[in-house]
Amino acid sequence: MTGAIGWAILIPLGGALLAAAAGERASRWIAALAAAATTCAAIGVAASVARHGPSRHPAGGWLAPLGIELRADGLAATMLLTIAAVAGLVAAHALADRSRAAACARSCPLWLFTWAALDALVVSGDIFNLYVTLELATLAAVGLVADGEGPDAPRAALRYLLFALPGSLLYLLGVALIYGEHGALDPATLGAHVGASAPDTAAMALMTAGLCLKAALFPLHAWPVLAYTRASPVAGALLAGLVGKAAFLVLVRLWLEVYPATFTSAAGPVLGTLAAGAILWGSLHALWQPRLRAVIAYSSVAHTGYLFMWFALGTRDALAGALFVVMSHAAASASMFLATGAIARALGHDRVEGLTGLAHRLPIPFFALALAGTSAMAMPPSSGFVGKWLLVRAAFETGHRLWAAVMLIGGLLAAAYVFRLLRRAFLPRPAGEPIAITRSSGGHAALALALVAIALGLAPGLALDLLRGGSAP
Amino acid sequence: MTPLLYASSGVAVFAIALYRIFTAGDVLRKIIAANLLGGGVFLILVAIARRPAAGIDPVPHALVLTGIVVSVSATACALALARRLEGTTLDDGDDGDDGSDDTEVAGRGP
Amino acid sequence: MTLDALLPLAVVLTSLLPGIAIFWLAERDTRLRTTLNLSAAIAKLALVVVIGRGVLAGEIFETRLPFVPGADLVLRADSLSLLFVSLSAVLWLVTTVYAVGYLEGSPHRSRFFGFFSISVASTMGVALAGNLLTFFVFYETLTLSTYPLVVHRGTPEAVRAGDLYLRYTLSGGVLLLTGTAILYAAAGSIEFTAGGVLGELAGRRGLLIAAFALLIAGLGVKAALIPLHTWLPVAMVAPAPVSALLHAVAVVKAGAFGITRVIYDVYGIRLADRLGVTSVLAVVAAATILYGSLKALAQDDLKRRLAYSTVSQVSFIVLGVTVVGKLLTIGGIAHLVHQGLMKITLFFCAGNLAEELGIHGVRELRGAGRRMPLTMIAFTLASLGMIGIPPLAGFVTKWYLGAGAVEVGSSWVIAVLIASSLLNAAYLLPIVRDAWFGEPSAPWPARKGRFEVGLWLLLPTIVTAAASVGVGLFAATKLSPLAMAALIAEREIHP
Repeated sequence: MTGAIGWAILIPLGGALLAAAAGERASRWIAALAAAATTCAAIGVAASVARHGPSRHPAGGWLAPLGIELRADGLAATMLLTIAAVAGLVAAHALADRSRAAACARSCPLWLFTWAALDALVVSGDIFNLYVTLELATLAAVGLVADGEGPDAPRAALRYLLFALPGSLLYLLGVALIYGEHGALDPATLGAHVGASAPDTAAMALMTAGLCLKAALFPLHAWPVLAYTRASPVAGALLAGLVGKAAFLVLVRLWLEVYPATFTSAAGPVLGTLAAGAILWGSLHALWQPRLRAVIAYSSVAHTGYLFMWFALGTRDALAGALFVVMSHAAASASMFLATGAIARALGHDRVEGLTGLAHRLPIPFFALALAGTSAMAMPPSSGFVGKWLLVRAAFETGHRLWAAVMLIGGLLAAAYVFRLLRRAFLPRPAGEPIAITRSSGGHAALALALVAIALGLAPGLALDLLRGGSAP
Repeated sequence: MTPLLYASSGVAVFAIALYRIFTAGDVLRKIIAANLLGGGVFLILVAIARRPAAGIDPVPHALVLTGIVVSVSATACALALARRLEGTTLDDGDDGDDGSDDTEVAGRGP
Repeated sequence: MTLDALLPLAVVLTSLLPGIAIFWLAERDTRLRTTLNLSAAIAKLALVVVIGRGVLAGEIFETRLPFVPGADLVLRADSLSLLFVSLSAVLWLVTTVYAVGYLEGSPHRSRFFGFFSISVASTMGVALAGNLLTFFVFYETLTLSTYPLVVHRGTPEAVRAGDLYLRYTLSGGVLLLTGTAILYAAAGSIEFTAGGVLGELAGRRGLLIAAFALLIAGLGVKAALIPLHTWLPVAMVAPAPVSALLHAVAVVKAGAFGITRVIYDVYGIRLADRLGVTSVLAVVAAATILYGSLKALAQDDLKRRLAYSTVSQVSFIVLGVTVVGKLLTIGGIAHLVHQGLMKITLFFCAGNLAEELGIHGVRELRGAGRRMPLTMIAFTLASLGMIGIPPLAGFVTKWYLGAGAVEVGSSWVIAVLIASSLLNAAYLLPIVRDAWFGEPSAPWPARKGRFEVGLWLLLPTIVTAAASVGVGLFAATKLSPLAMAALIAEREIHP
């Protein structure tokens, strides 16, 4: 078992290096094998957590405070599985596309790197190592954006990088201050010592601000939107589905294990306000975007708000709800990006007004879009509903009626922007307007991801049990 | 006294760079600002490493080394992208004045 | 888990799984699709019979699946759910037969029947839900699965109707969710229990009243209480079997049924009465009864007239379950079934007339009785039933409601009953009179087949018409809807 957690990082990392060095054909095989093996490793970790509870593994035999600790707890196991499911299906989509083998071979190492960095992030038990993995995920993501279609991709990538960098460096500054005060980097030691002193508070504020910037929380949400709309569908799926959640997961770790109650009770309402802004602003903007990808991008902005709502609510059930939103939105947004990619390839564009009457010509992508949309608007029986239910109930339990109202209104707005797309696709095509479909589309991976988002909502008990399997309070 | 000097200059460098990375219009200036951001943090870490009681703490040095590696790769990545963009400015995408793509995202936030 | 515990789940799955399977059938696999549909409907009916025997003997069937912390997904067959489940199962079978005939040769039938089956599965879930969260889950899937049916024709008019439908039902869903979340947050869990579960919260009056208002507003959208009824007449653009399903079984009934559950099994009628919320609701229901009837009078389109009639008739259920009194409860709950049978007959007839003679307006009906006698006999019987002529189904309901009103001394309820019966007569009888005694303005088109209209359309119409006569004639027997309503009132509501 000590192996499995290491393999979940080393296999995709090694695979990425090999794939980058190998030729076009070989790199596809390597990537496919690495994806399969990493998924197995993630399942191994999850099975062990489910059976034996959480465990800790000092990397290379060095113990904290000097060494870096890898942890397999409920949170880590659940996220490893989420990453494996989403990245694995996105990989399947990328590898199945034989017509663009060269582009695929170029992007294989990048998405394997992303996968490795995210796996390392969710198991890291060391606040400096969290910085490193966060930065690695960002760099790999920048590569994915730059690899996108169109002449604008490099600009989007650079913009993404230049907004992500100050975020992580703010976080690093906070880490430096904390280390200066307490001489430790592992959450357990810090949790016992970090208090309400001025340097500690400053450090925590810096770390939190940096992570909010990195998570693109309202009002600093605009920068990834550009990248999501310019990136290739594969990159968009990985970025919006997984990379965008990384900073949130880091902040959850800090909130639970390092920050004292004095800080969380003061910062919670601030983050709640920003989260409410994100939900309303993102959902409203998604309503009138002219392009499919931009709708999904703004939907992601809104969903970041649902995640951060947890910091204002703070209960255990609410955390389960927020992590359910992580899982559900990871699968749903990845599905929507891949479906959009399939639609855009068939039509040559992804303008919403051009979708009229296409549901019957492109049934699989639109079916995926409809199912994933159900989850995005948090309607039962989807995983999005489970997450929102837990959050809304917690909001009423803790007396945060305003936040509950914001989340409920956000759901209504989400329904509006999802049905705006779907109703158009099901309208009959105006006579005399031929449909120019250049090629039949894929979209099976998108459908599989959408089914994951629904299935999680039908039997949420499994995921909730695993989450509880040792995650901190 | 020296550690305090290092630390406060580190904070100053960080603050200036943070201001510039958001306000500078030119790509290269932004990249340099990002580098300075890292530099500021490293200065602070080095200042922290000196502990009156226990002498020199090696951990911050290890952190700085790791940080430099990350920073160099990020800079390399940024420069590579910047070369592909030569002659354009970063903010074109914002103003929607770059021709065909301006309909892509309507009403981006602040 | 024993086999008995899986029965409620099986009732839902017998329409859910065929629904999912039908999506993947090719458009031309008509025979396979029809076989699948009908055998699923018959299987469900058989399951309902098995469950019914148990429930009448006092057994409770319950499927409990783990869901979220604090709430399981519970499907439970008690006597109240049995009544709704039996109604839905029977009417699903006849409506499926009708829909097969009605949509013969039209496009997108796999999509239609897929969503049709899923709507029925959602209705079954609504009927069997054992707690408020489960109820909400199925209530919302009902919205999602009926929307494609409303816009099925794809005309701009249908799409506009669908938009309105969604706007109302999704907003209603949010209100219902809000009320549900408030109650769960306050009480921990809300399992449907005879007599209510909120006794411990009786001190928090403001919270209880607010939650009640939210729940009823959310349910009132589907039950078409004024002023939340506007979507219903507009949704008439849908194909006739959908209108029949929406009006008689699935959507409006889900709302009315939900209101019954909230009043009796969440709040408890005594608590609700003490809070003063039921008297407000009763006034809204009475206003809806009168308003719907008046509006129906003004409609020239047959289906729209029937739609406003639904607005009015469903509120009889709400009125019956809101005012405290055993006879009123019995009348209200029995009307759940009676109104379903009569209204589905009327919609089948309207569909037959439109299909065979192209009739949509009320005035075009002159002389239709001679051309389509069986359809018009069915129409006449259902109309007389609606008005409340003895011994038909509607009479039984109104008799119990009236007797109940006398029993508790609510003379205004009697006034509402009399006024609405007169209005019912005013908007239905002229149609019947014209159809039998009027002269057609132009000769009818020639018959296409052996019967006045296709057998697939005629048979369900006759069956439901006969049933709506039967439930009135045989109201005194042990298995009649009235007897079941009395049993429910006895067992769960006024113990």
